[in-house]
Amino acid sequence: MSETIALIDFGAGNLHSVHNALMAAGAGNVAVTADPVIVAQADRIILPGVGAFGACRDALFAIDGMIDALEQRVGKDGVPFLGICVGMQMLADKGIEYGAHDGLGWIGGTVKAIEPADERIKIPHMGWNDVTPTAGHELLESGEAYYLHGYHFDVADEADILATTSHGGSLVAAVGRDNIVGVQFHPEKSQAYGLAFLQQFLEWKP
Amino acid sequence: MTVRIRVIPCLDVANGRVVKGVNFVDLQDAGDPVEQAQAYDAAGADELCFLDITASHEKRDTIIDVVRRTAEVCFMPVTVGGGVRTADDARALLMAGADKVAVNSAAVARPEVVSDIATRFGSQCMVASIDARRVAEGRWEIFTHGGRTPTGIDALEHALRLAKLGAGELLVTSMDRDGTRDGYDLELVRTIADAVSIPVVASGGVGNLDHLVEGVTRGHANAVLAASIFHFGEHSIAEAHDALRAAGLPART
Repeated sequence: MSETIALIDFGAGNLHSVHNALMAAGAGNVAVTADPVIVAQADRIILPGVGAFGACRDALFAIDGMIDALEQRVGKDGVPFLGICVGMQMLADKGIEYGAHDGLGWIGGTVKAIEPADERIKIPHMGWNDVTPTAGHELLESGEAYYLHGYHFDVADEADILATTSHGGSLVAAVGRDNIVGVQFHPEKSQAYGLAFLQQFLEWKP
Repeated sequence: MTVRIRVIPCLDVANGRVVKGVNFVDLQDAGDPVEQAQAYDAAGADELCFLDITASHEKRDTIIDVVRRTAEVCFMPVTVGGGVRTADDARALLMAGADKVAVNSAAVARPEVVSDIATRFGSQCMVASIDARRVAEGRWEIFTHGGRTPTGIDALEHALRLAKLGAGELLVTSMDRDGTRDGYDLELVRTIADAVSIPVVASGGVGNLDHLVEGVTRGHANAVLAASIFHFGEHSIAEAHDALRAAGLPART
């Protein structure tokens, strides 16, 4: 295992939990890093994130050279990329939460508030819920995972949706294209299901 | 299906050690909160709650260490309550690996701490504790200091205020029922749950599995918290899930 996994550190609250879960899933060399030079050479890249879209996005984009490094390594070199929760939401064109903010724009669509028609549906969507694969993607298996979010990814092209869940209507649980995958649920908090998912990602050859 | 009803065991921790802890498994160190958390993780608890009851301010950092060590070996969501007074207190717990922080007394003295935390770290991690006693028919009041000190604040009004300030969840504890094993104050839980759009955790008084089910069917809670029925091995997390499912409620398999 000489692979380097870059876990991007922009101050996200779930950074250490993701790190712990990666180690438990058998990751060898995880670099918790804010250094674009390390990201530009990494074999796999993971972007965590919790909290508000704008705050996460601003912290990530404020790291000098980070977006260029990500676009080179993920967009051009094609190394496997995983975004978790707000790390997944930042793949969108934009997020509307305390104002409108630009995302990475790698997966078309907008992140917006969950607004169920039934007012008895509680927001945030908090707890264990289904992961229902919709695209036959090799990383996503049917199961139960932990979700914790008040905003959701409204994906522009249905072909980019890899899995859904249900909370007052269908919500996107996972997105992806080519070497990119993003999950709304928290694999680092989803016990056996989550660790198995991370293990699969570590072995994924897109 | 839909989002599952959460079953949440709660461990009281003082000075980094469990008080009234688990004795349903062979533990090397019965006072070690991390070992007990691992037992619940393995048992399939939907979340875990640590309630820090450390009295001395100098020893507050012991809970940070407990959270950090728990996050290294447990892969379930962890809420930490007790002694959170400021957004910086919350930050220290979140960076150590807590997923949510519960604020109680501080939000009575200064409700704005709820919006401070929600703005900096997101509503999803901001749990507001409502510790209440019944003072008249259909009326409850907020009590602090473990239920000893009345505040004159109406519990429903307080709950609505904290939800508006950005709480992502309410932990509703009946101080009348806490420790009695007579079941939740269902009317209290339902009165609050029906009035807010955020999830509500029922707490205080669980003595059997039917109480958990009632918390949802009659209390309209989204999650059920209990301590002794799990700690002393009377019931397992799996039995709690089975009881919820038998009542037609969504629970993990």
